[in-house]
Amino acid sequence: MGPLVINEIISENTNLLLAFFIGIGFGFVLEQGGFSSSRKLAGVFYGYDTVVLKVFFTGAITASLGLLFMSLFGWIDLNLVYINETYLTSAILGGIIMGAGFIMGGYCPGTSFCGAAIGKIDAIIFIIGLFIGVFIFAEGYPLWEGVFKANFMGYPRISEFFNISEGLFALMLIIVAVMMFWGAEWAEKKFPREEY
Amino acid sequence: MSKIKKSNYMNPYLAGILLGLVVIAANFISGRSVGASGAIKSAIVAGVETVAPAHAETATFYKEFNEGHSGNPLNSWLVYQMLGVILGGFLSGVLSHRLTWKVEHNPRITSRTRLIFAMAGGILFGLGSQFGRGCTSGSALSGMAVLSLGGFISMMAIFGTAFALAYFFRKLWI
Repeated sequence: MGPLVINEIISENTNLLLAFFIGIGFGFVLEQGGFSSSRKLAGVFYGYDTVVLKVFFTGAITASLGLLFMSLFGWIDLNLVYINETYLTSAILGGIIMGAGFIMGGYCPGTSFCGAAIGKIDAIIFIIGLFIGVFIFAEGYPLWEGVFKANFMGYPRISEFFNISEGLFALMLIIVAVMMFWGAEWAEKKFPREEY
Repeated sequence: MSKIKKSNYMNPYLAGILLGLVVIAANFISGRSVGASGAIKSAIVAGVETVAPAHAETATFYKEFNEGHSGNPLNSWLVYQMLGVILGGFLSGVLSHRLTWKVEHNPRITSRTRLIFAMAGGILFGLGSQFGRGCTSGSALSGMAVLSLGGFISMMAIFGTAFALAYFFRKLWI
């Protein structure tokens, strides 16, 4: 049955319309969770507010577990779902640059749009920065095209990489997530900070 | 510290489950998942093609983009999704009475300092998202949902670096 657009159950135009509604759900949940606040987002790195870790990992395990079950029931063909390509060098390099941007700016791209949507001026400035950063990448592309395309590994799933079943990996992910949730709850009690 | 005032946000585990359901819906409907930085890339390509069409035809980045895309770059899944994100965030803000123009910053720093670092952080995040072929949403969250190796690498690199640098930028936040 799923993915609906790939199996031509819905048209491309319907798909684009539904993208808008998926976005509404995404933005709504992020804002409700507190991701429109840079103070809350940055909190995870100091322990006073670990909402990022809780929402992010609960989301990841819910989604991966849900998709695995849907695949088991025959509701979705996971071979037709987009799996991110892995270019090892630029994935690590990009992650490092993004991590620096995260701790300085207090937002990531998706959350900055949520912050801007409720009037956070720092989020709007962050978004302007995003556009500048992407533009710099585009214009300087010949300089880093080699790095960008180095060490292509295909489209591997992490379970294939470790040579274990997807279900077993998902179970391990859940166990790690629960331990992190426990640590997160402890940290919030240990390093409380007044809101501003 | 006696009592810490808490704002009225949704329980984070409930928000996480709802976030997971959004990601599942995106995969079920569209065979892909949520993202953010890709929409900015589309907007940059569209902007450069409008302002400097000759440059967009010769520069490698735009040529490669157009090899993988047809039609107007703004007519893309991620662009519509991001428009939805803005509306969804706004609706949530209305419902929870959080609409207000402000520069959110630690009282120990000025608004100006906050905005300078927001700009710097945005530039770095924009640049990094292109190397990473997606940001926290498109690469890390969406990638992890389908158990992509790249998703886990992105997640660890982003959060690991931010943790490693947290000490140096502590005055911004605590």
